[in-house]
Amino acid sequence: MYHTGNLVKDLAEKHGRKRESLMPILQDIVRKYNYLTDEAMVEVATELDISAAEVYGTASFYTFLDTVPRGKNVIRVCKTITCSMKGKIDIINAIEDTLRIKVGETTPDRMFTLLETNCIGWCHKAPAILINDMPYTDLTPESVVDIIKDYMRR
Amino acid sequence: MENKGLNKVDLIFEKIDAKSTLEKAFAMPSDHIIQQVLESGLKGRGGAGFPTGLKWKYTAAEKDPEKYIVCNADEGEPGTFKDREILDKAAYKVYGGMAIAGRAMGARKGYIYLRGEYSFLLPQLYMELYKFHKLISDIGYDFNIEYRMGSGAYICGEESALFESIEGFRGEPRNKPPYPTTSGLFAKPTSINNVETLVTAMMIIEKGADHYVKLGTKDSRGSKVFSISGDTPIPGIFELELGMTVQEFVNAFGDGDTKAVQVGGASGFCVPRKKFAETIIGFEGVPTGGSMKLFNSSRSMYNVLHNYLDFFAEESCGQCTPCRVGCQQLLKGVEMVKKGDAKSAYLNELVKLADTMKIASKCGLGQSVGNAFKSIVENFREEVIY
Repeated sequence: MYHTGNLVKDLAEKHGRKRESLMPILQDIVRKYNYLTDEAMVEVATELDISAAEVYGTASFYTFLDTVPRGKNVIRVCKTITCSMKGKIDIINAIEDTLRIKVGETTPDRMFTLLETNCIGWCHKAPAILINDMPYTDLTPESVVDIIKDYMRR
Repeated sequence: MENKGLNKVDLIFEKIDAKSTLEKAFAMPSDHIIQQVLESGLKGRGGAGFPTGLKWKYTAAEKDPEKYIVCNADEGEPGTFKDREILDKAAYKVYGGMAIAGRAMGARKGYIYLRGEYSFLLPQLYMELYKFHKLISDIGYDFNIEYRMGSGAYICGEESALFESIEGFRGEPRNKPPYPTTSGLFAKPTSINNVETLVTAMMIIEKGADHYVKLGTKDSRGSKVFSISGDTPIPGIFELELGMTVQEFVNAFGDGDTKAVQVGGASGFCVPRKKFAETIIGFEGVPTGGSMKLFNSSRSMYNVLHNYLDFFAEESCGQCTPCRVGCQQLLKGVEMVKKGDAKSAYLNELVKLADTMKIASKCGLGQSVGNAFKSIVENFREEVIY
């Protein structure tokens, strides 16, 4: 849970209050808090003068607009064919062992969420993952653990 | 069959003086720009291959004073990563291509819909955009571009789903007609073009259509940026002249043991070794938006097929039944055959289902699931069953 404070109002000022402002507003909330709470979606609905169901209906369509709690760092491991051929499973095992969570779970300290995702466009440097917005490529089980540990220290 | 062999080309990433190309374009009457693009034979580089000049011509013919040029940078087809590289290395040419397209059809406003997975590129893209807007105003021309971001939905690469997304809705494809050229973004006449298409159009204006038609074949003019991955010693991005056979491609990029090439990503076609020599990469053979995946004999084509079907079952928007249910049933069906819970003849029923999806699905996603499904099942039936 988080409290948006003035964020939704500020974002409505920045992006406008039209229907086409909806995606940029939701994306900015997710950029800051990593997921959308019911409260945040209701606030957005109020600002844009549309029903909360419209906001939820739109958000729930998009994989990156999560409506369930996510950690501060969302790790998305590409599972599409080339990454899968080039050792995706070893990358997942290494992350699971390091964070002691399974795919789909969030660490108890809410620092990391581990997910799988479809092709992220780094097939020539597979296997690849995204941590929040940042891609990491040409991974080995060792290098991915170093990257995760680096995020732990942040 | 026209066969050009394998030739490297450098048009897309070639450095040019954007100012002089833009001044040249803005000095041309708009129908001359369209004529050049028509004569070049350029077809859309996103994969579908609609003639770019026609799209611009139709949009230009609309009377509405408000029109849009939209750049489709929602590059999500598995195995495609060339648009990212183009935006990374030559964003100024994407912007330039949009301005030229805008000039050709009377649009003053452009949108770039960039997939969320490429958000990390935004700081440098905005920097380039700032320079571009300054250049445009120095030339004394009025044209503005804005970015809109995707949020992880493959279907938003479908043009009308992309409009829905920009407008703030679920990315569900619309019924066609009307086509975007009459009613696209915000129900205004819109030309929506792939990243590479726009850059190519700018290069056609720079070099002239007569230069461009020397490249490629009758059905597939010009060159194309390929995204090459899988079992290859040299994965990466290569610009090649169109008109080579899959065999020539494999000779250059294979690891000596290539048994199949998936051309055009998950929605494309699987070409087995025995058809390498006779298959041309292009609109006369197997078309591609750039995705080329090589598989060697250590790979299970069942796993490849399963991976693609899993992809489609997740990425189907769920709006129309043939695609929503069809993707899931194809996935379940191949699993049943593999496990022995269904007889191998059940694959024939699944092929019929894929054919039905091609006819009955609302958009390109459901219509093209059968491409990979049928070409893998037909050419690697044993691997799918046993």
